Amino acid sequence: MRKLTHLQRLEAESIHIFREVVAECENPVMLYSIGKDSAVLLHLALKAFWPGPPPFPLLHVDTGWKFREMIAFRDRMARELNLNLLVHMNPEGLAQGVGPFTHGSAVHTDVMKTQALKQALDAGGFDAAFGGARRDEEKSRAKERVFSFRSARHQWDPKNQRPELWSLYNARKARGESIRVFPLSNWTELDIWQYIHLEEIPIVPLYFAAKRPVVERDGALIMVDDERMPLRPGEEPELRSVRFRTLGCYPLTGAVESTATTLPEILQEMLLSTSSERQGRVIDRDSIGSMERKKQEGYF
Amino acid sequence: MAPNADLISADLGAYLKLHEEKDLLRFIACGSVDDGKSTLIGRLLYESKALFEDQLSALETESKKFGTQGENLDFALLVDGLSAEREQGITIDVAYRFFSTDRRKFIVADTPGHEQYTRNMATGASTADLAILLIDARRGVLPQTRRHSLIVSMLGVKRVALAVNKMDLVDWSQARFEEIRREYEAFAADLGFTEIQAIPVSALRGDNIMIPSLATPWHDGPTLLGYLESVPVDSGLQALPFRMAVQRVARPNLDFRGFCGRIASGVVRPGDRVRAMPSGVESRVREIVVYRDSRPDAVAGESVTLTLEDEIDVSRGDVLCAVERPAEAADRFLTRLLWMAPEPLQPGRDYLLKIGTRTVTATIGAPRYKIDVNTQARLAAEKLELNEIGVCEALLDRAIAFERYDGSREMGGFILIDRLTNATIAMGLIDEPLNRPGVQPGQRVDRAARAGLKGQRPAALWITGPSAERGSELAQALERGLLARGRHSMSLAEEDLRGSGEEGFRAAVEALKLMADAGLIVVAALPSPRKAERLLARDRMAEGEFVEIFLEGLETGAGYEAPEAPEIRLEAAETSPDQAAARVLAFLEARRIIP
Ligand SMILES: Nc1nc2c(ncn2[C@@H]2O[C@H](COP(=O)(O)OP(=O)(O)O)[C@@H](O)[C@H]2O)c(=O)[nH]1
Ligand SMILES: [Mg+2]
Repeated sequence: MRKLTHLQRLEAESIHIFREVVAECENPVMLYSIGKDSAVLLHLALKAFWPGPPPFPLLHVDTGWKFREMIAFRDRMARELNLNLLVHMNPEGLAQGVGPFTHGSAVHTDVMKTQALKQALDAGGFDAAFGGARRDEEKSRAKERVFSFRSARHQWDPKNQRPELWSLYNARKARGESIRVFPLSNWTELDIWQYIHLEEIPIVPLYFAAKRPVVERDGALIMVDDERMPLRPGEEPELRSVRFRTLGCYPLTGAVESTATTLPEILQEMLLSTSSERQGRVIDRDSIGSMERKKQEGYF
Repeated sequence: MAPNADLISADLGAYLKLHEEKDLLRFIACGSVDDGKSTLIGRLLYESKALFEDQLSALETESKKFGTQGENLDFALLVDGLSAEREQGITIDVAYRFFSTDRRKFIVADTPGHEQYTRNMATGASTADLAILLIDARRGVLPQTRRHSLIVSMLGVKRVALAVNKMDLVDWSQARFEEIRREYEAFAADLGFTEIQAIPVSALRGDNIMIPSLATPWHDGPTLLGYLESVPVDSGLQALPFRMAVQRVARPNLDFRGFCGRIASGVVRPGDRVRAMPSGVESRVREIVVYRDSRPDAVAGESVTLTLEDEIDVSRGDVLCAVERPAEAADRFLTRLLWMAPEPLQPGRDYLLKIGTRTVTATIGAPRYKIDVNTQARLAAEKLELNEIGVCEALLDRAIAFERYDGSREMGGFILIDRLTNATIAMGLIDEPLNRPGVQPGQRVDRAARAGLKGQRPAALWITGPSAERGSELAQALERGLLARGRHSMSLAEEDLRGSGEEGFRAAVEALKLMADAGLIVVAALPSPRKAERLLARDRMAEGEFVEIFLEGLETGAGYEAPEAPEIRLEAAETSPDQAAARVLAFLEARRIIP
């Protein structure tokens, strides 16, 4: 008898989910946010449909404030893997110059992420969207189904989720309604890193420590990625050896000081760390329950 | 911070290997409202060091704001992740949490205790290998404890950790603990659990969660975490015959045609002969494709793509099976349903039924009975309401490959979907098929085939006793009972006798045998005062098909020879015809003459 490890079981479950969606939905899309979870998601999609390509496009909702290295990595992956990549930026937000420094993180996230995502999903007529969210990330995520329904207005009703039994997913929906699908629901941060390590999955170099220009602001280390970042009096970017545990908009993503330049070193740091990966994200700290509210409004 | 920090620092490679080879245990925490489920899970996360400092400091803030424990940490807030849950201090939906120890990775489902959220509880139970059943030591076994036990047992969970919680509030009384344990074991005797491990705990204080408590020197069993770490997790699925429901057919180019799916049971190797069910077409496995690799074998639980030697017609919903032991196919089933929608079951209405990767149309019959969740008694029912469990027939618009749920969750569990709202309205389990699978070439149509079509086995119910009147009353009550259960019966009474004396009696017995050969359940109320006559009838039937029902009389009746060992003996004073019929029907069920 061959014993499956927990990673093999997780992988098989994710692949099963990908295939169910493709079999039962008309027009799926995969949200690609360029981070490590997206890297794993993409890898699993490649595995699920091999030797064919994933039978759906990838969608990146670009806020205009992502790290430059993320964009470069995204374009390189699309080229090398010959992916069908869609990029969407909220045109109204862009015209009004919405950004985290001028409008604050809440407005920026709402306009450039949540609203932009809804625009892109509506424009593409997608009835299912894969996302890389994990239940271990956050308490309201821990409550979400693998197949998570959205009304025609992209709203989530956490108090009225469909029962989800065994691995039988009910993908039926009315016109205009859609599903967000989370193949990584049962993975933990450690599982993700370990899988990246075992499968040699390419990831954005920002996850590895390097000397980068940072300033300390409100208790977080913010990387000065371009000249749009206004410096406050007394702030002087200094080169420090840092890396990122999660990636997003550079002004909203805190770095951690680190010397880990290889995957085993990252794993080691992670295993010994005393803070969660979400700590670096400015968006979650607004208030208790903020993620649940954002999700109800349509945030992934 | 992860456990085992020393090994991580000293030898990361060894640590990673250890973690990589861990197995996985999925369990569910259930029990009545406020028995401490969420607190217990928060405690498990805390003790296994699955929490980070920022999460702990957030917990401190929230405990002050919403907590139920004054200045102390309220661990339930770690799991109650929805705003409504924190504000009301209850659990509404199932939450999945993750932690690991040096030996195992765990996925735990924290479930709501309120009856109205039973369907969310079933969601958590459907993937669980084990259940922790919590009981508040002050309150003991409650109706929700019983309901949850019934549901986890119905879903096939075999092991239960009975966590008798809040022992701190009953002075750690061993007597109270034993009392609850005995009460629960008596209740659960018929639920089919293979193991019930009772553990006295305090989720709030952490006693017997990870570290043995000093307050319970009398407890010689394991701690909760110790138990979770040591129970076997092997599902035994690999030892069963190969089954894989086809999810999709991959045709990326003209040279490749692969059948994608996750293996439900067994092992498959290139060269194995497979049969697609229900169509019955056969071929041989050419290659097992997993990404860039071609694999020598694949086992239950793995997602693979198979290519076959022949161009056979197989599509989504078909089940590839080992040729030697293929799955059965049928289109009529006896099923157990848990109703999950506010609108009750409407017998006779069409619903969509999804099983494996196939969706068909199903007509659900009126419940044969529903199950009282407290007593497990069978109650008469015309419909099923939200959260009720009942036994119904399902008639499908075409045959499907299946297994009984007892043998395979993947091939025997289904959901019902409302065609209009698309909601998942019921969870269902296949208990057994009600008719024979498709006709085999050259098959002889025999009495078993005829009876199988009727969902029963042939039988002669021979009523005997000194009073002919009571005999014919019982015969009528019996036929009514059989009809109500959708069974096919025929009666044989005195007026059916052709000719007199022994000759007439023998002719009646031959008619009885012919009717049984037609697959019927024959209810015979013929005058047969002599043992020899009854023996004559018995001899014409097969083993186990003759059921002698002795209706004892108040007066013996002249010349009546009472049977010494009838299958059923009904005392004279005891019963009305309907009560007597109910006893006979129960006997027929136990004998599996009727389902
Ligand atoms: N004294 C004491 N209180 C407990 C214990 N476990 C839970 N509680 C309290 O019981 C209440 C209900 O707990 P909770 O975990 O929300 O129960 P649930 O409804 O089963 O999830 C809360 O106020 C807990 O703090 C225990 O072992 N001892
Ligand atoms: Mg709770």
